[in-house]
Amino acid sequence: MKLIIAIIQPHRLDAVREHLTGIDIAGLTVTEVRGYGRQKGHTEIYRGAEYQIAFLPKIKLEIAVPDGRVDDVVQAITAGSRTGKIGDGKIFVLELEQALRVRTGETGDNAL
Amino acid sequence: MINSGDTAWIISATALVLLMTLPALALFYGGLVQAKNILSVLVQCFAVACVASVLWFACGYSLAFSGSGPWIGDLNAALLANVTRSAPHPGTAIPESVYVMFEMAFAIITPALIIGAYVERIKFEAVLLISALWLLIVYVPVAHWVWGGGWLAARGVMDFAGGIVVHVTAGVSALVIAAMLGARHEFPHGIRPPHAPWMVMVGASLLWVGWFGFNAGSALSAGGDAGMALLATHLAAATATLVWMAIEWIKFGKPSLVGAVTGTIAGLACITPASGYVGPLAAVLLGVTASAVCFTAVLLVKRVVQVDDALDVLGVHGVGGAIGSLLLPFLTLLGGGVTLARPVMAQFAVQAIAVMVVGAWSAVATFAITKLAAWTVGLRVDLETETQGLDFAAHGETGYHVNR
Repeated sequence: MKLIIAIIQPHRLDAVREHLTGIDIAGLTVTEVRGYGRQKGHTEIYRGAEYQIAFLPKIKLEIAVPDGRVDDVVQAITAGSRTGKIGDGKIFVLELEQALRVRTGETGDNAL
Repeated sequence: MINSGDTAWIISATALVLLMTLPALALFYGGLVQAKNILSVLVQCFAVACVASVLWFACGYSLAFSGSGPWIGDLNAALLANVTRSAPHPGTAIPESVYVMFEMAFAIITPALIIGAYVERIKFEAVLLISALWLLIVYVPVAHWVWGGGWLAARGVMDFAGGIVVHVTAGVSALVIAAMLGARHEFPHGIRPPHAPWMVMVGASLLWVGWFGFNAGSALSAGGDAGMALLATHLAAATATLVWMAIEWIKFGKPSLVGAVTGTIAGLACITPASGYVGPLAAVLLGVTASAVCFTAVLLVKRVVQVDDALDVLGVHGVGGAIGSLLLPFLTLLGGGVTLARPVMAQFAVQAIAVMVVGAWSAVATFAITKLAAWTVGLRVDLETETQGLDFAAHGETGYHVNR
């Protein structure tokens, strides 16, 4: 099993969800987060004064999938989140040791 | 004789002017600060309003509006002892009680305006002490000089609703306090942006409506002067909003909400001294001037003078009030204006003297008051309190319990 963590632009969340639903991904967890990468935040101007916004709002997705689905999911997230502009985000793939469905006690791929 | 129409209008106007402080100014300023300081701004506005009210009752009203000495009134109306039900205020057809209350609403908003200079870092004790002393030492004498039969009134100064009495006093004093208090620790590059621009807009909108009471109420009657002041006030606000928006659009590429409503307030401050004296065209011209000059003034204070007048009290209110006061003699010559009692340049000279002397008195007296506060209760919170935010550190409350 793999855990896929993606940091995306908040306004691309719906598109990403549609792409994931399209390949029958059954569940994902979403967190509102803040951060910066090479984009290094942005500036906003209020009454002529520039304010550095170092941490931009982003969305963090967490999806646990069987090994065989990793490529599909990464592709779906990329398709949904990519605008081609700086700040589109990143996708991380991690080894996932165990999963357990709390209601039934199922484990491993059956719990996903 | 008390006139019921006049009385009804001034009671309504009084409510509108109180609305300008509670909640309009509180929201206007509250939206501009960081989320961790929102409640401190609201409680500062609320407390200053109450301190000013009690002092107005105790002796403020009397020293401003009772007696006709050149510098200060007398104590004959202290504790409002001589306010009767039946007697009208001299020169008006409204009861003395209504006049006291209408003027009280002005005494409330003027020290509250200064809050914009010292937000996010001042001790609450200092807010209370400075506001109380400032009301009695700056506002009350100046109100007497201009409106209470003092030396500027004798010279024929024209200040319809408080360009000098309210906005110049508050603006200049704001800069002095901000300089003495020192900048917020992140100033100028690490300052956080306004936490709720929508709240700034709500505050500005309520201020706009409240200003109808402020300016049209200053006619102290329900008639032609009130009507023309109402019209001029609205036109100046609308024009100044568009001009500030245009300046930002050209200079920064985007017209911002915070910029637009800042223009509104600059226009309103600018038309205040002129509102009952000029016609519609003059109001539009003042609106244009207000945003052009105040936009520059805000940048000057922040970038050149580098004083952390956090919410631009001098740049928007002080400068707006001053230019309206200085330009009004010329603008009365346009359609709908009043006839001046003296040649236009002579009137301009009176206006200039008033702005300069009032500005100087505000600066000197505020310096002394702030020194006194520094020696007694202290001015600034410690760095940890400032970093944590005044809401929790100083008031034990949190503005937003969302997802926490």
